[in-house]
Amino acid sequence: MPILLRLTAAVLLLCAAVGARAADPAVDQALANLAADPKALRASVEALGGARGDPRALAVLEALRDGRLSVAGGEVLMRSADGRVLRARDGAAVAEAGSAFGLTNALRRGLGTAVARQQLLATDPQVRLAAAGALAERPSTEVEGLLRELLATEADARVRKALALALAPLDLDSADKARRLAAIGVLAEDGELAARGLLEPIAQGRDPELAQAARRALSRIGERQWLRDQFGNLFFGLSLGSVLLLAALGLAITFGLMGVINMAHGEMLMIGAYATYVVQGLFRQYLPGAFDWYLLAALPAAFVASALVGAAIERTVLRHLYGRPLETLLATFGISLILIQTVRVIFGAQNVEVANPAWLSGGIEVATNLVLPYNRLATIVFAVLVLAGVWTIFQKTRLGLRVRSVTQNRGMAAAMGIDTRRVDTLTFALGSGVAGLGGVALSQLGNVGPELGQAYIIDSFMVVVLGGVGKLAGAVAGALGLGVVNKLLEPAVGAVLGKIALLGFIILFIQKRPQGLFALKGRAVES
Amino acid sequence: MRSKSKTFLLSSLAAGLVFGMAGAHAADTIKVGILHSLSGTMAISETSLKDVALMAIEEINAKGGLLGKKLEPVVVDPASNWPLFAEKARELLQKEKVAVVFGCWTSVSRKSVLPVFEELNGLLFYPVQYEGEESSYNVFYTGAAPNQQAIPAVEYLMSEEGGGAKRWVLLGTDYVYPRTTNKILRAFLHAKGVADDDIMETYTPFGHSDYQTIVADIKKFASAGKRTAVVSTINGDSNVPFYKELGNAGLKATDVPVVAFSVGEEELRGIDTKPLVGHLAAWNYFMSIDAPENKAFIEKWKAYVAKNKLPGGDKRVTNDPMEATYTGINMWAQAVQQAGTTEVDAVRQALGYQTFKTPSGFVESLDAKNHHLHKPVYIAEIQADGQFNIVWKTEGPIRAQAWSPYIPDSAKKVADWTYPWVCGNCTEPKFK
Repeated sequence: MPILLRLTAAVLLLCAAVGARAADPAVDQALANLAADPKALRASVEALGGARGDPRALAVLEALRDGRLSVAGGEVLMRSADGRVLRARDGAAVAEAGSAFGLTNALRRGLGTAVARQQLLATDPQVRLAAAGALAERPSTEVEGLLRELLATEADARVRKALALALAPLDLDSADKARRLAAIGVLAEDGELAARGLLEPIAQGRDPELAQAARRALSRIGERQWLRDQFGNLFFGLSLGSVLLLAALGLAITFGLMGVINMAHGEMLMIGAYATYVVQGLFRQYLPGAFDWYLLAALPAAFVASALVGAAIERTVLRHLYGRPLETLLATFGISLILIQTVRVIFGAQNVEVANPAWLSGGIEVATNLVLPYNRLATIVFAVLVLAGVWTIFQKTRLGLRVRSVTQNRGMAAAMGIDTRRVDTLTFALGSGVAGLGGVALSQLGNVGPELGQAYIIDSFMVVVLGGVGKLAGAVAGALGLGVVNKLLEPAVGAVLGKIALLGFIILFIQKRPQGLFALKGRAVES
Repeated sequence: MRSKSKTFLLSSLAAGLVFGMAGAHAADTIKVGILHSLSGTMAISETSLKDVALMAIEEINAKGGLLGKKLEPVVVDPASNWPLFAEKARELLQKEKVAVVFGCWTSVSRKSVLPVFEELNGLLFYPVQYEGEESSYNVFYTGAAPNQQAIPAVEYLMSEEGGGAKRWVLLGTDYVYPRTTNKILRAFLHAKGVADDDIMETYTPFGHSDYQTIVADIKKFASAGKRTAVVSTINGDSNVPFYKELGNAGLKATDVPVVAFSVGEEELRGIDTKPLVGHLAAWNYFMSIDAPENKAFIEKWKAYVAKNKLPGGDKRVTNDPMEATYTGINMWAQAVQQAGTTEVDAVRQALGYQTFKTPSGFVESLDAKNHHLHKPVYIAEIQADGQFNIVWKTEGPIRAQAWSPYIPDSAKKVADWTYPWVCGNCTEPKFK
């Protein structure tokens, strides 16, 4: 019997491989039923999922999943990727498609199982692996036979493992003790949190041998999960830290280096985010083919937009207020209100939609329950790049040298022939531009609205003050420190208390060390 | 006034005296107050309620007004500032002498104006779903009470069709509405045999934007082997980062459905909805309802938006609180016609027995006893285009329970403004 099974499976795989139409009458029946009664979707999906060796089944199921399946004129039709409409029965092209099937969650669940059942028969081991994983999430006796059959013939070791894992929850209920023990072993090796609920009753059960094995499996699952949690928290902390750093880096320049208490910093972030929105709109209209790459074009646009606004503010208002911190604070606060209202008038009070490009949606699943979203990873990389760029400007260019000399000793720098006013404008524009870059990153994570900046201004000041005014390294340490501590506190005490605890901690820290983590050493003439 | 006869002059003088020197202008129009935030954080949601109220008033005026007079809207902006709501309410009632006020969104703003309306015997129509536990003599609630939204949504998710959820995450913004709703839901889940171990309750501050940890926690909580559902009472902007994180973390609606009570068509306008397909919302009205009344309502709204060139243009949508506002104004107009006066006590008597065929496709009626609207309940899944696909609905309107039977203290209370109770929160009738 197993030889026969193996043979049929091999034949099936071969059929799928060459794409031969091994038409399964069940598929024809299901399609006919669906065409006759579009409401009988659930039964048809189940029938298609159970079909064997007919490539049409998977094609129809996938079309249904992606909203490309319709019924018109007594035929089931599907729209292919290139926009042609094909008859599902025989693949003939037809002219018109009806309106696509609507799905509900209940249908989507059944559809997921049906697609996975078909994909288990695929030739690509990666596809089989994913399908086995999907079936493992929803163990059901309905697919047990298929799983066992494939486990016997599967050549790929990883897929075999995944199939065994999908079968383990079903084996736990088996009457055969050896089989149960083996299932516990499989779960101990690869089981996830979900297996806990199944293992716990066995661990407390009567059979000492089974109970011991189950307890061992539980503790192994627990250990794995603990490690993953710690790694997850660290990643979340780094990610939040990099967001804070991007939000605060501009302020570290305008407030940290220049000493301008810049209440309009948040609005520079906001302008950067709106620049992203505008660039997105332009791409959507004129370059829809390159839409996925609009963010790259948004970076220089956001930098320039914020830098220009920053330069204008410096030239018209701030330049007359140097050395008068209180007036600067009030003036920049006023500017921030003006900017918010201006944006509200131009773009409306509503939040605007900034879509994530496809390459920033989703994430890598490094382990079950631990997904590293692409937009978070990209934010971390982006923060590092921006930081490197700012550092290079300050340490390696003439402008950087001038900025440093002006901030250290304005009078002496002027005496050496440096146009300090010009340097002030350029520095403020640079700080604002960097904030604009931060705005691009923020637009990918949260809301873009006129009040976007207000949400980040306090955090930004916190980062700069905690890190130590006047040092870029301080901003880095402050941002990452705040991010990681926040994320380590949050699972323990919750989001609301975590935020309060963090603020309390900063108050205490500033009491003890008013100069922040990194203090400027040496003499500053103006202080 | 020059051309008017002497008798009219006399009678209008007398009327002026009776109504506290309302002036000649007030005599030929009926003033209607609109109390919605047009700036600040709530402007996002409340602006369209102001717009739809003006549309309804225009519509009534086009039909000749009420009692032979035109309606005159008085729009004020309480700027999302809760104490300012009370001040503006007082201004509307005392200075402008409005006959009725349509307004408020957040529960905290309603609580702020409540004493003003009760002191000055004003009339307020409140159009938003809320946590219940209230019934005022001076307020008519045209939004849903918990048994008209939250409880049916949870029951649906418990059902076979909804996924048979056994474990629950109650996630909300940290203020009175989510806290009270979750208190009721927890009591309800207990009554259905759900243990405390299977309920996770989490709150975030207003404007929270980093949902990584919470989404990871939900994932962990959901992987305990039982089917899990999330009930979200997150309000306002925070929904965007929350749903983005959900999508990116791969938490699909087929595995862990999220049902939201404060997310409608208007809120989804700012979100890319593709990763959210299948997540749910429970309301008493959806723009996608297939009913002739709804079609007419949407057409009217689109025409009004186009005519007045409202911001957003053809992307503007209708939603549940807008429908409730529209229903409220029409019911009030009917009551005024019946009472033959705009005087609050008479209109209130008439209001208790009004029915109106609303855009939800049902004839809804105001309850004379608890001042709430009988409403149908719809549960719908988010679609890729930002609209909702209705998957479940009640057969007809259901009566609101102002006081939740699931909380022991409130279960004893009765809201009944008819004889012999005449009370919004009593345990025994006033007149025996």
